[in-house]
Amino acid sequence: MRLVRLVDQDRPAIRFVLEGQDCSARAGDTLLTAILAGEGSFLRCSEFGDGPRAGFCLMGACQDCRVVVEGLGPVRACATECAPGMVVRRA
Amino acid sequence: MRVAVVGAGPAGVRAVEQLVRAGLRPLWLDEAPDGGGRIYQRPPAGFTRGARALYGLEAAKATALHATLDALKPVTDWRPGTLVWDIGADPRQLHTLREGRAAAQDVDAAILCTGAMDRVVPLPGWTLPGVTTLGGAQIALKAQGCAIGRCVAFLGSGPLLWLVAYQYMKAGATIAAVLDTTPFATKAQALAGLPHDPATLAKGLYYVARLRAAGILVAEGVTPLAIEGEGERGVTALHWRDAAGRERWLDCDALGLGWGVRPELQLADLAGVPIRFDPVQHNWVPERDAMGRTSVRGIYLAGDGAGIGGADVAEMAGACAAQALLADAGLPADAALVRRLQARLRRQARFRAALERAFPFPAQLAASMPDETILCRCERVTAGELRAAAEPEGPQGAAPEVNRAKAFTRIGMGRCQGRVCGMAAAEVLAARLGCGVAEIGRLRGQAPVKPLPFIAAPEAEEAA
Amino acid sequence: MTAPVEADVLIIGGGGAGCSAALHLARRGARVVLLERGLVGSQASGANYGGVRQQGRHPAELPIARRSHEIWRRLPELLGTGCEFVQTGHLKLARNEAEAAELVAYLDVAASHDLRLEFLDGAALRRRFPWLGPAAIAGSFAPEDGSANPRLLSPALARAARQAGATLLEQAAVTACQHEGGRFVVEAGGRRFRAERLLNTAGFWGGQVAAWFGEAVPVRPHTPNMMVTEPIPYVIEPNVGVAGGNVYLRQIPRGNVIIGGGHGMGDPAVPMSRPLAQVTLQAMRRAAALVPALEGVSVIRSWSGIDGMMPDKIPVVGPSGTTPGLFHAFGFSGHGFQLGPAIGAILCELALDGRTETPLEGLSIRRFLAPRPMPAGAAMT
Repeated sequence: MRLVRLVDQDRPAIRFVLEGQDCSARAGDTLLTAILAGEGSFLRCSEFGDGPRAGFCLMGACQDCRVVVEGLGPVRACATECAPGMVVRRA
Repeated sequence: MRVAVVGAGPAGVRAVEQLVRAGLRPLWLDEAPDGGGRIYQRPPAGFTRGARALYGLEAAKATALHATLDALKPVTDWRPGTLVWDIGADPRQLHTLREGRAAAQDVDAAILCTGAMDRVVPLPGWTLPGVTTLGGAQIALKAQGCAIGRCVAFLGSGPLLWLVAYQYMKAGATIAAVLDTTPFATKAQALAGLPHDPATLAKGLYYVARLRAAGILVAEGVTPLAIEGEGERGVTALHWRDAAGRERWLDCDALGLGWGVRPELQLADLAGVPIRFDPVQHNWVPERDAMGRTSVRGIYLAGDGAGIGGADVAEMAGACAAQALLADAGLPADAALVRRLQARLRRQARFRAALERAFPFPAQLAASMPDETILCRCERVTAGELRAAAEPEGPQGAAPEVNRAKAFTRIGMGRCQGRVCGMAAAEVLAARLGCGVAEIGRLRGQAPVKPLPFIAAPEAEEAA
Repeated sequence: MTAPVEADVLIIGGGGAGCSAALHLARRGARVVLLERGLVGSQASGANYGGVRQQGRHPAELPIARRSHEIWRRLPELLGTGCEFVQTGHLKLARNEAEAAELVAYLDVAASHDLRLEFLDGAALRRRFPWLGPAAIAGSFAPEDGSANPRLLSPALARAARQAGATLLEQAAVTACQHEGGRFVVEAGGRRFRAERLLNTAGFWGGQVAAWFGEAVPVRPHTPNMMVTEPIPYVIEPNVGVAGGNVYLRQIPRGNVIIGGGHGMGDPAVPMSRPLAQVTLQAMRRAAALVPALEGVSVIRSWSGIDGMMPDKIPVVGPSGTTPGLFHAFGFSGHGFQLGPAIGAILCELALDGRTETPLEGLSIRRFLAPRPMPAGAAMT
């Protein structure tokens, strides 16, 4: 867990799949929140060997929160709402 | 007449409002699902906090803007969740991406209200999980109800530093420290005797006082040295030097950093609007007149994307740009409104200049970053690699400007196209070449404005 | 204006050909001045796809391509950098029977120039290159070919040329150019330069230089539409093209896939050029048809540059038809990057020796020049 749910968290639970693992999130979470406030500590790995990344700008500009969603292709996790049943990969 | 407005923040909403008032039904495109811009971004459905909790002292403005936004949706061609990834000249076309599909829209004129993002200075360790921009830290809280970590440090300079820290405190987050790189004297000198916008000033002082009263470590005139941490664990500490020159370590598991904001001007650039360096803002800004007109026919600019002015200025500039468009198109314009807004904008500009002097971009911090710092986080290019590109003895000779340095090192060639590192990269290169940052140039805009997935491309018309 | 700077050879245009000529000339001790309007390698030489390919070339170009291939292999010793040249092979694909027939027909052309090619049918193709989609039905593989980083070549040639004693002036647009008393006088950047020999390596703008000497040719601006993807795992080793050439792609070991296809727009008078969104989208479709794995990827950047396109799609290389001491090498029609290093060597020989061993048949500027009308005085007698 990286993000801390502080306020406004009384929302229905939803399920999604991250790297084949069944995960829990809350309705209205972005994928970034769903992953980083849940089980995941990072969103992607740098292609150039300098380690994991977990987003940076959170406003769709830096492109460092790229994940791949089945059916949507590569998306910005910070700007994509986590829908129930979404299948997400870090590649 | 086909008119488009790109962006539904303060500038976009007020631009559309004027267009609709004049009887037009503009095409209105915004990347976010529900408009509002970054400052007045609304949480998704299901969040229950009220405007006061979300926007604090700006709640009334936010509520008013949202009301206008919602009222305008049914009387415009409203397209939320839509990225404009390129803009063509002849015919004038906006190339869009929505729900994974590319499309093109013909327009006669467009008002670009593309906003801003944080201006950052890379530090060793800034790519670690747990490090975000100040704006990012704010969005996590505002739009998702989350803190970026259990124990959060804030670093940088400018009004947002104090505002975000205050908002985190109010929401119950644990704050490790608020570290301002600007010395107190610089701020006091710039702001003293310039009460052009006493409300903004008063708000800033209020936030600082409340943070101090809560016993949070607050320091000014600091120098950040490195963010420490490792792999998936992410940030563990910030290594910094205080104003007295003492090296210190601060335990934290998250860090929000930023030094003001810079315009998101890629679309204006692609539309062919000339871009100039503004030494007061220390930003590259698109050239426009006081009304938001550009030298490119049919292209108008408003809001922070047209030069940083903040949300209040953006609202006024949006209305002005729409009025300019209406006047240029021979449609009835509201001259009295324009006179009133222009007078207020002039006053705001004086305040803004004082603000920029109070919170200067730490060019020296950027220029002196250690060689091993990852400068371009997309392509993993270090400051040392960029400096090597300035060496006449290098295999390609010295790069005399930033686009040539990009060609040699791949700096700014990644997914963000240099949005994040471009300003700092120019400082590093300018320092090494011994010239001013304006002479180094800027990374030129290239389509797509943001990555364009292959699945978005419509099926080719011909069989293979 | 002060007295002109004297040189043995002047060069107009600092792309790969011009910079290579400066290098070769300086290494032979000639006093050489190169004049470049912007920075070296700013247009076609720097903005191109980076293909280093012999396969598929017009027979008239193949001798130059063969010679250039040898120079490419020696770049590290010549320049101190290989400019990321890698011999990954070039795979030219057919997507239908007509395109396959085109590949087969070229096998004879290649053989007559000692260019080794391997023809692969659909099954062999997919065995060897499993990342290929079903769109490709046959292919022709040229193992000696490959690719390089176009952004590095001209600057590296320029640096080596300067080290060898050449003068290369950037931001020095030519404002006047004359031939008087057997010598060329060129004005650029507020200075004058004079030499007995002049090399025209000005790309698209080479047409203008030729026109100054009464050799107007029908050269058009050519603006390739280029793009690059985000980095993905490295699988596409060869440089990939198709018969007909409407899409081409290569992957660099860092992972990015560079894709070209179609034309953007440009204005040589500015100069400016840019890709076109619809063309980008079309090339993306065509690329994904060849390599289905691209469906999960994004394009992150696109660009163009201005080259000169000749009506017959092969360049003008060789002596002027009107003016002794003037040598042309321009209008590379979208495929000059590989040729550049050898063009420099050839121009050096033409300028200093008056001849070259490399056959230039079919590339002379005379092919575009109308037969001269007989002078009026002559007709009278």
